[in-house]
Amino acid sequence: MKKVTQISVFSSLFILMLLAATSSSAQNIKPDTDNAGLTLPKGFTALKVADNVGRTRHIAVNKQGAIYVKLERLDNGKGIVVLKDTDGDGRTETKTTFANYIGTGIAIKGNYLYASSNKEVFKYALNENGDIVDENAAATLVTGLVDKGQHNSKSITLDNAGNIYVNVGAPSNSCQEKDRTKGSMGMMPCPILDSAGGIWQFKTDQLNQTYATGVRYATGLRNVVGLDWNNQLNQLFVTQHGRDMLNNLFPDIYDTTVSAELPSETMYAINKGDNAGWPYVYYDHVKGKKMMAPEYGGDGKKTVDDKFINPAMAFPAHMAPNGLLFYTGNQFPARYKNGAFIAFHGSWNRSPLPQEGYYVVFVPYENGKPTGKWEVFADGFSGKTVVKNPRDAQHRPCGLAEGPDGSLYISDDVKGTIYRIMYQK
Amino acid sequence: MQRIFLVFVVMMISFTTVTAQTNNKLAAASAARGKMIYLQRCMVCHQADGGGVPKLNAPLDASSTVNGSDIAKLVKYIVKGLNDRIEIDGEFYANAMPAADDLKDQQIADVLTFIRSNWSNKAGPVTLTQVKQIRSKLK
Repeated sequence: MKKVTQISVFSSLFILMLLAATSSSAQNIKPDTDNAGLTLPKGFTALKVADNVGRTRHIAVNKQGAIYVKLERLDNGKGIVVLKDTDGDGRTETKTTFANYIGTGIAIKGNYLYASSNKEVFKYALNENGDIVDENAAATLVTGLVDKGQHNSKSITLDNAGNIYVNVGAPSNSCQEKDRTKGSMGMMPCPILDSAGGIWQFKTDQLNQTYATGVRYATGLRNVVGLDWNNQLNQLFVTQHGRDMLNNLFPDIYDTTVSAELPSETMYAINKGDNAGWPYVYYDHVKGKKMMAPEYGGDGKKTVDDKFINPAMAFPAHMAPNGLLFYTGNQFPARYKNGAFIAFHGSWNRSPLPQEGYYVVFVPYENGKPTGKWEVFADGFSGKTVVKNPRDAQHRPCGLAEGPDGSLYISDDVKGTIYRIMYQK
Repeated sequence: MQRIFLVFVVMMISFTTVTAQTNNKLAAASAARGKMIYLQRCMVCHQADGGGVPKLNAPLDASSTVNGSDIAKLVKYIVKGLNDRIEIDGEFYANAMPAADDLKDQQIADVLTFIRSNWSNKAGPVTLTQVKQIRSKLK
């Protein structure tokens, strides 16, 4: 009898745990009546999980559903926020903070949280509840990365073989002798590439790694902000911010309309040793060609066909792909599985034409390759039909994360809003 | 005697008014020329509304520096560009500003006059004499 009671107690507990687990899943959560102000495909709903969190850059969600947010500006001296939904309504009630540095990169892999400042990468142990074991016991994995202000965010992702990949953006537009100055030509070879303009690979189990001990995994990437490890293909994918100011620097070659649409924003499938060609080339998605950069002798017509990798996908110019996520969940319809979501922060370099981006895009994949098409998945962040000036945008998508139930989380770094997108039949 | 004084006062007032009107007209013409320079050279980063780009390019509209009395600083930014990370009204901006040292003194006066009087800005004009004097001291 005692045994039976024990069993029934255990099974009731188990059922309770199951209930607790499902109570926060998408099917039981009420979306915001206006879907958080977003426009979404049919069947999808949205809610604001949290608001006014700060300058929220990239985000990570643990197995228990807590959200780790990296801040670009300290909140009472702290740079990482932990948000928890304690009552299962999908909105977070508790907010704690730790870490004394600003930055962009944050990721969870196994029982560790990884986060970056603009110069370093840190690692924290997580306990069985997905909480930080000791917030003061950060292990410094990487130090001494280039931070010169421009393109200084260090995005991170991890593979399944104990490596972490870190973007080091080039502190330059196109490696001119004088940055962004008309008439100044490109340096040959571009000296910036020695310590920036690429992706570096480091070990997750070694402390105080530097350029000297890391591996320059890929180069010729001007400024990657979105990067994700594709577990299906076991390969690194990155999204690059293409160069600015073709018209201002070379008005005889590019008019303002061409300069607003070129060069492409690009997504690359990266293999070790790849070179994507910055600053020597840029990609033109209209021609489908790598073009010689005008700082290096290009005239808007000269193509480069025998060097450098081609992008896996190309998008219109200047939209700023800040977040990349391969969707692995089962909550969304099957066509979304293993496809890519990209958070476009929105452009500034298209004026006098209206700005573009400020939305989250979906890139469908078939058999491990993008179909070549892309679609706007979540729109309405800016709160404007047309964004003429960047400061008019109310929200700008930046980071992406997938929750344990397959919900998609999106961060906004203007007002610090965290969105959750769900599929509810 | 009193009458003469009154006439003198009236003359002085009308002279001042005429001078002020002339100055206003000059400043308006300067701002109009400055606008053309702004559209070609500055708008790409600082935007049509002078609002800049959050965290990348500093706003000119409602900026304490732009509306301030330190004209020398403004002239220097245009002539020399700006590569240092400086805090402006509590914010840092990541992009470098290229030097526009090909602009003539009058063009610099014009574009500054435009910037200081446009959008919500209501600061006074910058004159050719001021720019000449400041620029001669810049190396």
